[in-house]
Amino acid sequence: MTSAPDPSASPPERELGAHPEHQGRMGFFARLMENDVAYSFTRSPIAIIAAIITVLAILACFAAPLIAPFDPFDPAQISLWDGKLPPAWAEGGQAQYLLGTDNQGRDMLSTILYGGRLSILVGLTAVALGMTLGVALGVISGYFGGAVDAFVMRIADVQLTIPGILLAILINGIGRAVIPQELRDDFAIYVVILAIGLTDWPQFARVARGATLVEAQKEYVMAARVIGLPAWLIMLRHVLPNVLRPVMVLATIGLALAIIAEATLSFLGQGIPPTTPSLGTLIRVGNEFLFSGLWWITLFPAIALVTLVFAVNLLGDWMRDALNPKLR
Amino acid sequence: MVAFILRRLMQSLLVMLAVSAVSFSLFNFVGDPVNNMVGQDATREQRQQIRVELGLEDPILVQYSRFVGNMVQGEFGVSYRIRRPVEDLIMERLPATLELVFVSAILAMGFGIAAGVYTGIRRNSWLSRVLLSTSLVGVSLPTFIIGIGLIYLFAVHLRILPSSGRSGTVDLGWWKTSLLTREGWASILLPAITLSLFQATMILRLVRAEMMEVMRTDFIKFARARGLSERAVNFGHALKNTLVPVITIIGLNIGNLIAFSVITETVFQWPGTGLMFIQSVDFVDVPIMSAYLVFVALMFVIINLVVDILYVAIDPRIRIGSA
Repeated sequence: MTSAPDPSASPPERELGAHPEHQGRMGFFARLMENDVAYSFTRSPIAIIAAIITVLAILACFAAPLIAPFDPFDPAQISLWDGKLPPAWAEGGQAQYLLGTDNQGRDMLSTILYGGRLSILVGLTAVALGMTLGVALGVISGYFGGAVDAFVMRIADVQLTIPGILLAILINGIGRAVIPQELRDDFAIYVVILAIGLTDWPQFARVARGATLVEAQKEYVMAARVIGLPAWLIMLRHVLPNVLRPVMVLATIGLALAIIAEATLSFLGQGIPPTTPSLGTLIRVGNEFLFSGLWWITLFPAIALVTLVFAVNLLGDWMRDALNPKLR
Repeated sequence: MVAFILRRLMQSLLVMLAVSAVSFSLFNFVGDPVNNMVGQDATREQRQQIRVELGLEDPILVQYSRFVGNMVQGEFGVSYRIRRPVEDLIMERLPATLELVFVSAILAMGFGIAAGVYTGIRRNSWLSRVLLSTSLVGVSLPTFIIGIGLIYLFAVHLRILPSSGRSGTVDLGWWKTSLLTREGWASILLPAITLSLFQATMILRLVRAEMMEVMRTDFIKFARARGLSERAVNFGHALKNTLVPVITIIGLNIGNLIAFSVITETVFQWPGTGLMFIQSVDFVDVPIMSAYLVFVALMFVIINLVVDILYVAIDPRIRIGSA
């Protein structure tokens, strides 16, 4: 089964692979709306609400430079005189600072939008990393089987016995220690992404492998083998699209977990530095002022984080029911 | 059974070797250990001499096997920052972590099983619905936010419990405990509740699902047909048969408790091993970091080994497949 992964060695097969029959019949979006998943979506009010919240949150955060009332990174717009102001509706609050200001006089609403953007970005990148790594390894071990399969899956098994958050804390800690002290803050975000991504992959590998095992037995894969397509092409063009359904469910749930993991690392002071705060960093900073009664510096970022995670989680739950793949 | 245990032992040994290789390489990648021992103005010859004395000039495999040898004897080197043997530091802080995990486990099991059985039997009562919807929220809330919330409520607002630290400890010579004084219990209560909440909701949902499953089976119907009391059916027959998955999950959850104790300890500044690791990362205290890695790996290897063996011992069906 080990065809040489060299496309130039077999030009006719390559052309065949480049024009698979099922492509181009229907647009991506039309296909998306034509199936049972879309139907189940329109029938689930919880899923619709969760999707609206998630999309709104992502849009608001990524449009932060456009819609945020202030730029929290622009020193000219920050005045220490306006520091520690309560929300607009509380006593002593000012109308222009809707959710109050933090200790440095930064507008909380703007800081949360920018922080949310960073949190979502880190979450998406980390999940993308874990997903790419896991699906690649999973499809390869499912397709080839044998020693590769045994080796990869054994590593995944062992890694799964250690709780993800602990592993992320450990990998992140090693990453931080390896980086010289003066460069730590600059590289912190990459270390966090790497730590969460490396923690995530076994779940993806397991699901992708399971689905690949099923697909590899089907006739279209047999046919592709018979006409002599190289293994990498069969995996990429034929197997991969058919294992993506369960992977997408996992990626959605994984996004919620990744956002929590990032927030946790940042809260522990092991993640995103306070100069460019994420939601977790904001909660950490605010926590120091909780005792002086400045509750809004902690509460609002916390509400933002929990709402975001809850919405993404609900979306993932609905997806799992709708697609009903056999996770694990 | 013996072959199964042997195979698991071999696998655990491999895992420990891999983890120790990682923690050994930490020393080589992070800074120069000699710099941490001599002053700025040490000459090249002095540095070289220390390198030879420390064995840093030996082949890498010799260094690694020496590292493993020391580790097996419980020697992890001297902390860069505190300048004391790492194994002493870990032993000093271990009671705090273990007591926290222990109290949390008891809380989680007590609440989780009781609430799970209740919601499994009285499926439609209002209390069941409240418990279930609260548990959904509990699963979504990150640990550190629960911690902050509890601190704000009980320490800042009501002022009835301390917000952080471990006080009221009694030194038993080899174990400093906070479970013997009122003050100690007051300080462990908030972190323990924080840590147990997530596990309690997991156990609740699991016990409930298992109870509902068992309630549908024929032998429960038969037990009812024989005219046994509700109590005998619910506890004697149903609960007993839900216990296999529950024991496994609780066993694995002890690992989760240890994992999340790192977060809880930092939130409450609880002086356990997790907080020690977080602090050692900030100061790049490599001996502590590497010892903690090995220590955590060892704990998880032991937990998984015990759970696997227990599982096989409790459920004979598994034995056929794996032996």
